[in-house]
Amino acid sequence: MNTRLWPIMRKEFIHIVRDPRTLAVMFIIPVVQLILLGYAANTDIRHLAIAVFDADHTAQSRQLVEAYRASDYFAISAYVNDESEIARLLDGGQVRGGLIIPPGYADSLLKGRAAQVAFVIDGSDPSVAGTAFAASQSVGQAQGVKLIQQRLGVDFSSLGGIEVRPRVWYNPDLRSSNYMVPALIGLILQFLTGLFTALSIVREREQGTIEQLVVTPIRSWELIVGKIIPYVGIAFFDLGEILLIGVLWFGVPVRGSIPLLAAIALLFLLTTLGTGLFISSVTKSQQEAMLVSFLVLFPGIFLSGFFFPLEAMPAPLQAVSYVVPLRYMLIIIRGIILKGVGLPAFQEQVIALAILGPLILIGASLRFRKSLE
Amino acid sequence: MSPLSLSAEQLTKRFDHFTAVEGVSFSVQRGEIYGLLGPNGAGKTTTIRMLLGLLRPTAGQGTVLGYDIVRQPEEIRRRVGYVSQKFSLYPDLTVAENFNFYAGVYGVARRSISARRGDTLALVGLADQEPVRAASLPGGARQRLALACALAHQPDFLFLDEPTAGVDPISRRALWDLLYALAASGTSILVTTHYMDEAENCYRLAFIYQGRIVAEGTARDMKEQQMQGQVVELDCEPLDRALTILRQAHLFDEAALYGSTIHAIGPDAQAALVQLPGLLADQGVTLHSAEVIAPSLEDVFITRLRHVDQSVHSPA
Repeated sequence: MNTRLWPIMRKEFIHIVRDPRTLAVMFIIPVVQLILLGYAANTDIRHLAIAVFDADHTAQSRQLVEAYRASDYFAISAYVNDESEIARLLDGGQVRGGLIIPPGYADSLLKGRAAQVAFVIDGSDPSVAGTAFAASQSVGQAQGVKLIQQRLGVDFSSLGGIEVRPRVWYNPDLRSSNYMVPALIGLILQFLTGLFTALSIVREREQGTIEQLVVTPIRSWELIVGKIIPYVGIAFFDLGEILLIGVLWFGVPVRGSIPLLAAIALLFLLTTLGTGLFISSVTKSQQEAMLVSFLVLFPGIFLSGFFFPLEAMPAPLQAVSYVVPLRYMLIIIRGIILKGVGLPAFQEQVIALAILGPLILIGASLRFRKSLE
Repeated sequence: MSPLSLSAEQLTKRFDHFTAVEGVSFSVQRGEIYGLLGPNGAGKTTTIRMLLGLLRPTAGQGTVLGYDIVRQPEEIRRRVGYVSQKFSLYPDLTVAENFNFYAGVYGVARRSISARRGDTLALVGLADQEPVRAASLPGGARQRLALACALAHQPDFLFLDEPTAGVDPISRRALWDLLYALAASGTSILVTTHYMDEAENCYRLAFIYQGRIVAEGTARDMKEQQMQGQVVELDCEPLDRALTILRQAHLFDEAALYGSTIHAIGPDAQAALVQLPGLLADQGVTLHSAEVIAPSLEDVFITRLRHVDQSVHSPA
């Protein structure tokens, strides 16, 4: 092994263990982020608070209300006696929806006419509203079908017709944490390695030690590799940490090959370490490096498909997303962990990383060497 | 004659619109302490950076320990030690860890590092400070640790860039004692400074001003042979009025405060001395004494600078 790499790595390691703040960020932040995102970034809609205005007061109307309550999507938090009361509760945010059953509901049913009910939805949060919208319809329709069957005394399934039976693969319960936790691995790897590489190099510049290093026989690649390797080690530690918590705490199924994930993570790290190196070569202080990191990393998170699906973005943004390495990594991680698929399934993404990684790292190294002069 | 450790020939460095170093030539012999003296921004650090292969000279050439500064910078860096202006150490590392790191990157074999560390830290007087973090060392000790780190691989040539900036006088003296000991054992040393008194410690020195060497030689040589004019030391009062009179009277080329006296420099001191007492007395200045003295280095440089500035500002 190259004899100069070892002292650099050892020195970097001492820096890390001597700085409690760095240690905390490296080992505790991933856990905190995981818990926060695992729970908070939850788009599963369960027990949405609604108000019910039942103006009919019949057995039939109570049946309908019960059908909504039993659906699990909604929790009835208030019974009101006035439509305007629903508006007031919606305004105040106490409920996210309201079911209004007009007088004559049961009467219409008994006379064989279509009975109408209204369902008001607070649309200010589109993802909540979307789910509520669909759920309100499907609960009502199911109840309608049930009533018709009772009235006709037949079982529809004996009459032919089409029955759609959706089967959800990979994440049958559609749990957000299954989707978020794997992605968080990519996000945390990127954040830690990118930011800390930048900071550790800029610190040398701030202290003036870089001036001392350039007159030693150290070559710039040795400096880069020696400084990066400890952070790669930590990145892999964090990877294991997140996986473990994801599996044990959130019950995320790991269906694919972890060694494959690790191998591709290494490829991905080339891009993030390169980004960190680049940031270090254009900044003079740790503070500046921190700001630039956020400037570079944040848009990357949004353009990676971490929170929002890329397919829904306008074309120019989608085009930009092709240079965001996290974009590819997320597809790969979610593929390996949730789908249990192998290399053939995400060949393109791996190729993209294999191109971006060396490109970013070499570009950053050249820029870094220039910044030493 | 001792073999040459360093030679610079017509080294020149131009940046876009600015010439930092122009035509600098000098040489350092084995075991010699050579000083580059000059104000901040004169081109001292740029010269060192070229000699270490960090900057490519625009013109000129040089060798350090026989290796070409443009073609063989890595050979040079392996064999020289360098202490930068800020004696940059890692504050969160201990004295021993700082030393081990530099010894490691300089390729000192791992099994001999601890022996080297013992010897070197003892040499600079830090033997009992091994477990102390560099951050908590006082300035003088930090500088000696930086020196120890630069000596980890027993370099044949030592570059020191402003090693005594911000260091107390006792530590400065201790550093120079160390440098003499190193030189005596055969290490060649190039040191930059902007302290005149410190320059006198060097065996030979070059005075750099605006990127050029304006005087070169031993300190004594400079004082005896390169001094243009003579120096008169005036003990009189009030000093400020005397200074104004001297500057207006054109008896001397130059007059400046020098402690509680005035040093006046001119081509013919004897003639001036004849007129001086009367001139001062007329203006109410009491002259206690006035005598021609041996010039200090500062006197030499003031006259040299005046000469350079004149030739720059009024090209004849």
